[in-house]
This record gives sequence, C-alpha cells and structure tokens, in this order.
Amino acid sequence: MIEIENLTVHFGGVVPLDALTITFESGTCGLIGPNGAGKTTFFNVLSGFVRPSAGSVHAFGDDLLAMPHFRRARWGLRRTFQTEQAIEELSIYENVAMVHEHSASSRSARRQDVLGAIDFVGIEPDPATKVATLGARDRRLVEVARAVVGKPRVVLLDEPAAGLPDEETTHLAGVIQAIPDHMGALVILVDHDMSLVSACCGVTSVLDFGALIASGPTAQVLRDERVMRAYLGTEEFV
Amino acid sequence: MEASGVLTRLGSSMRLSRGDRIQVAVIAALLVFALLGLPQLLSLYWIDIFTTAAIFAIASLGLGLLVGRVGMISLGQVAVLALGAWVGAKLCFSTSLPYPIVLLLSGVITMLLGTLIGLPALRVSGLYLALVTLMLAGAINVVLTQINFPNGGKGFLGFDELYPGSIRRPSIAVSDPSFFRYTVIVALLMFALALWHLRSKPGRAWAAIRQSEPAALTAGVNVTLYKMWAFALASFVTGVAGALFGSSSLKLYNYEFPTQQSIVLFAVVLMGGIYTLWGAIIAGALLWILPALFTIWGINAEIPTILFGIGVLQVLTTAPAGIAYQFPHDMMRLGKLLYRLIRRPAATAGST
Repeated sequence: MIEIENLTVHFGGVVPLDALTITFESGTCGLIGPNGAGKTTFFNVLSGFVRPSAGSVHAFGDDLLAMPHFRRARWGLRRTFQTEQAIEELSIYENVAMVHEHSASSRSARRQDVLGAIDFVGIEPDPATKVATLGARDRRLVEVARAVVGKPRVVLLDEPAAGLPDEETTHLAGVIQAIPDHMGALVILVDHDMSLVSACCGVTSVLDFGALIASGPTAQVLRDERVMRAYLGTEEFV
Repeated sequence: MEASGVLTRLGSSMRLSRGDRIQVAVIAALLVFALLGLPQLLSLYWIDIFTTAAIFAIASLGLGLLVGRVGMISLGQVAVLALGAWVGAKLCFSTSLPYPIVLLLSGVITMLLGTLIGLPALRVSGLYLALVTLMLAGAINVVLTQINFPNGGKGFLGFDELYPGSIRRPSIAVSDPSFFRYTVIVALLMFALALWHLRSKPGRAWAAIRQSEPAALTAGVNVTLYKMWAFALASFVTGVAGALFGSSSLKLYNYEFPTQQSIVLFAVVLMGGIYTLWGAIIAGALLWILPALFTIWGINAEIPTILFGIGVLQVLTTAPAGIAYQFPHDMMRLGKLLYRLIRRPAATAGST
C-alpha cells in the first residue's frame, strides 16, 4: 500500500502536483488524466528525480522520500519509462540480470529469477540475444521483465503500450494483470489507452491539474462526469 | 516455455561463440608474434617505438573505457600518464621494491590522486566534463614543470639538475627487447583487467549509465559510485602505463607530456574505436608507429596530426565504431567480393 499525503511540486510558477492526497491499496491500480495532469511528475517524485516542496510518501510503512533514488530500487521500487530504455548493447539476460544485481535479492537465486522473469513476460528470442537486434514488442517486454525481476514491491509503468499494435497490447495487458499475483507487487499503470487500463486495473484514479478528481472502480470512474469534463473540456469551451 | 528449456538454450549460447574463438586465436597469434617475432625482426629504434606504442595502448584503454563504455569524456589522460610516470620514477629511486610492486603501487597511487582530482569533475558531464579535465591536465602540467621528474636527487622531489640518474627497469628486463616483452605482458594484464570488469557487474552498470542515467538510477545503479569506479580504473591502468613509460625512456622530461597530447590521444582513441578493446591497440599504433614511419619515409612527422583530424571526421560521420570494427568488416566484404568474382565464371560455365 502506498499512501501519499498532501504532495506538492513546484516548477517555478507551475504547480504540476497540487496537494495531492491519494492511496493505492493493492493489485494493479490505474492512474489516468489528460496531458499535463501530473502523472509523470508523480512517478518522478516516487523515483526520486523530482523533489517535492511538501507532502509525504509512505510505501508499506517506509518513508520513500527519505531514500536516495538508487536505494529505492533496492527497496523494491521499479519503473518503466515512456520512451523504452532497455540497454541496447547488453543481451536480454544481462538486461534483466543487471537489475537483479542491484536489488536486495540473493545472488544464488539470480539465474532462476532472471529466467523466470523473462519467461513470465513471454519473450521468445534466445535470452543471449542482444537487445539492439530486437523489435519494439520484445524491447518493451525486456523493460517489463526488468521491472518485475526478483522481489519488486511497487512497479510503476509509464505508458507501457505506447506505440505497440493492438494484438501486442493485448499480450502486454495479460502480463501486467498477472504481476500482482505472480510477483507480489503493487502496480501503478499510467496509460492513455483506456482499453488497456480497463483490462488491467480494478481501481483507477484520475488526476487533473495536479489534483485527484475521481477514484474508484475503473468502469465507474470512466463514466464519471468530472472525468469526462477533464478529458473533453467544460461546456463553455466546447 | 519450460524454464529448463530456457536454461539449456542459454547454456549453449553462453559457450564461446565463433567470433569469440576467432578473437582468442588472433590474440594468441599476435602475442606470440609480439613476444618472439618482433624483438628479433626490429632494430633497437623500432623496438623503442613499439614499446611506447604498447604503453600508449594501455593509456588508450583507460580513455576508451571512459568514453566508450561510460560516456565520460576526459581530455586529461596524458596528464594522468605523467602523474603515473612521476610516481613510478619516485618509487624506483626511493625504494628497492620489486618492479611489479612498483608498477602496482604507481597504479594505485595514480588512481587515488586521479580520482581525488577528478572527484569534482563527476558533477558535470559532456562538454563541461571535457573542459574541466583539460584544465586539470593543464594544472598538473604546471605543477610538474615546477617540480620536475625525480631523477635520483635528494629530498622528496628527488630532482638533481647536475647528475641525473636513470630510472631502473626490472632485473629480468634490462635490455630494450626484453623490456618490450615485459611491457607487452603488462599491457596484456591491463587489458585482461578491463575485460574482466566489462564482462561483470561494473560493465553492465556502465552500459546502463551510458544508455540513460535516469534508467540506470531506477535500476538501482549508484551512478556516482560507478562513474568514480570507471575513473579510478582508467587512472589505475594509465598510472601503470606511466611507470612503464619512465622505465622505458630512463629519463623523464616535462615536454614529453604536453597538455594538447591528451586531445590527440582522444582523437586516436576515437579513430581506433571505443566500443572494443582492439581500438586501444590501434590507437597506440596510430599515435607512435605512424609518425615514426612518416619520419623514415621523409615525410613531415606532424602530418599525422592532420590525418587524425580527418580520421575523426570520417569516424564520426561514417564509422562510429572506429577502425577496430570497420577494418575486419571491410576485409570480410572484400573477401566475399573476391570469392564471388572467382566463383562467378565457374557458376556461369556450369549453367550453360
């Protein structure tokens, strides 16, 4: 469980997160909102790239903001980026293994864990294949494997389906849905693809202008009038 | 797929690949040639040149690691070499330690000094890092001009203007040919050290940093620590190279380590190729053997500097992986072309 209280971020005069209070219980939670709503800034605060001016973040009882960013990975916080970041010059195996090397998981379990994660996301090419030679789908899956290897506690996925064709998004949805049960992590999914969010997330929260405007069961949230207005604009502007 | 299936597949692919086996064979052949053949074939003049080239191959190795593997640009590597040479000369004159220990200590002390001096530089990157390292190299040069290199004099600085002594060599490698062999073996050890790093945890962490620092941080890599590690490793091997340089030339002078030499070194390292360790060997050869050849042929030995400029341009625009990648690639294409030329008449004859 992650409890965020009163989280505020200032970039000069811009306030991408404005006293955000939100709680993610368990399973796969959706986080949606129009462009500029503060979703990626929120992830950046959790990863440690952005320092909030106020507020607190407690994950499973630990104060996340008190840890240096690379320590958070050791604690069990994982993340994928909007632009895919698998390491081109390393093989699939090495890509996943290097995350394991810097996690709290034991060395003796490495091979098993790494191959387990590669297997879990369903990468078909030989694990010794260099990532530079892979297509978009497999690179995405390598990133997801990196995010779930070992013992992740919180997995942040930032638009994992961006740029993928429909049938591959369906495969990815299956993988994302299975993360909480198979890897025991809480997943927060940010995406603009509402079918992906509906398929994966039991509950969804909606941000607009850095504040929470709706939260609850996904189907219900997507029909919410305030959410429609946030995405489509208010009547005065239409 | 079954996990055991993946395991066997991975096991088979982790054995030496065909490319690896070719490389091992080439290394073994080159090594035998360098250790047994070259000292017989070359005059003392050329042995001296080859020794210096081997020493600069080690320095290029350090720089190549920084630039190619971590993405950090240093324009001060020759100053680090000078630092290593100073420490090595000092140890040679002030102690009677066995020579391998002198090399090791030179490496370690240079590593500590280099890392300490470079520590503030780790806060900046790219062009600014390059600039800072260049300025630091200038600073080291100014200091060395003031204190000179130890040559057996009294006091801590050990400089004697009137009766300069010679820096000692290992007792098993006093003659020039045997010191050349000694240098080649030390270079081999330094390359092995670098390879061992690249194939293990630090190598993977550096690959992550070069790809993207934020992604490396979220993967749990302590980016500052691993950058410092790369800096330390590069300083260590360059320090060892510096100590060898002192023993090779017997006497050391400041003009041998001009600050701009670091920029030329950077250029040849780029030309040699920064993504493979072979590039460092090519860089050492370009920097020393090419000008020596030009001198013999009666061409101005400054011409290579111009060629390096053109070479860097060529590498940056058409062959980012450098000569180490481009040359075997082109040879392979040439081989295929020749093969097809020979085969074609036979094939047409067969079909008609």
